[in-house]
Amino acid sequence: MSSTLLRTVPALRGALRASRATKPAAALASTSFVRGKATLPDLSYDYGALEPHISGKIMELHHKKHHQTYVTGLNSALETIAEAESKGDFTKAASVAPLLNFHGGGHLNHTLFWENLAPASREGGGEPSGVLKTAINDDFGSFDGFRKQMNTALAGIQGSGWAWLVKDKQSGTLGLVTRANQDPVSGPYTPLLGIDAWEHAYYLQYENRKAEYFEAIWNVINWKTVASRFEKS
Amino acid sequence: MQQALEPHISTQIMELHHSKHHAAYVANLNNAMQSHVLAVTSSDIATQIALQAAIKFNGGGHINHSLFWQNLTPAGSAEASPDVAPSLSAEVVKTWGSLDDFKKAFSTTLLGIQGSGWGWLVKDGAVLRIVTTKDQDPVVGSEIPIFGVDMWEHAYYLQYLNGKAAYVENIWNVINWKTAEDRFLGTREDVFKALKAAL
Repeated sequence: MSSTLLRTVPALRGALRASRATKPAAALASTSFVRGKATLPDLSYDYGALEPHISGKIMELHHKKHHQTYVTGLNSALETIAEAESKGDFTKAASVAPLLNFHGGGHLNHTLFWENLAPASREGGGEPSGVLKTAINDDFGSFDGFRKQMNTALAGIQGSGWAWLVKDKQSGTLGLVTRANQDPVSGPYTPLLGIDAWEHAYYLQYENRKAEYFEAIWNVINWKTVASRFEKS
Repeated sequence: MQQALEPHISTQIMELHHSKHHAAYVANLNNAMQSHVLAVTSSDIATQIALQAAIKFNGGGHINHSLFWQNLTPAGSAEASPDVAPSLSAEVVKTWGSLDDFKKAFSTTLLGIQGSGWGWLVKDGAVLRIVTTKDQDPVVGSEIPIFGVDMWEHAYYLQYLNGKAAYVENIWNVINWKTAEDRFLGTREDVFKALKAAL
């Protein structure tokens, strides 16, 4: 009965979902820190495990080099801020804000990304089930409709950036947002599923044919992770 | 011709960059402008406004790449030596102390770009400046682009992977100082003359 209600009364549906939606930071909880320093998280699968959809070489460079650079950049920004703070030099501390946003965002985004991918031979691909499936059907019409809208959003990014399936903390409804460069998803949204549209995420394999990468990546989306972020948020 | 910038920029990069990426900006710009003309004809202001982002992005992409190809030249050619740019070199030395100090400052600026974008040496009035533009934003206003370096990952990734510092170091071998000198001595209109003819 409640599912009938959810489908037919959008405002009430939002309110019902919102009432179960109040642990905003839960989706970000796994970002690795050791003794106050950001560290590169391990992957739960091998670099080659997402083939043929994402090549092992891309995964290795993406994780070991690109993500590592964001981790190093984040730690360096945090150190500069701490040092400036200890000297009372707040002008200096404030000047680091763009680096903190870029490298901090890069670390967060990639950490979420690795977790919402999985080999096609394991949890990867297919379609969501349970309450997430219902929510996607409610807010996008169908799973196919959602995929199409996400791919359109990805294709429309001008430059480097990300597209995200998010949950609106206020209404509890799902939505799509894009972010430039490494800007993280924050404010009213909880990130559920992120897709990296930077050229380094696909270029070695797909070159300029990014639409093919946006098609292929659905084979390695980990819906278990996405569902768990949805339910915890 | 597309192998002419080897080993500093690979043939494969040049070919994709020109025949795919630049071609896509041209095609999308033409589409957007065509739709814009229709929207103007039918006094559809909402559509005209909606098209602005596509015109800026693809138009900028066309302008930036056109300027970029012109300000590159095979390493070892006469144009690849700053000697052919006496007026510009003198101004660079006056501004940065030495050509090496300028290259250092320009390289640092290129490596500081967050995401996709371009680094430019521009002339604004009598003053030389290093500026960056994000994504495909072109150099606009009173600034005259002297030369630009593409820092999108597609400009170097197939050859340099994540090692963009090496790309930035090597790009100096293929900068066309003759083009740079001409742009430095000319007006903004001169710089864009070739582009207008191409459109």
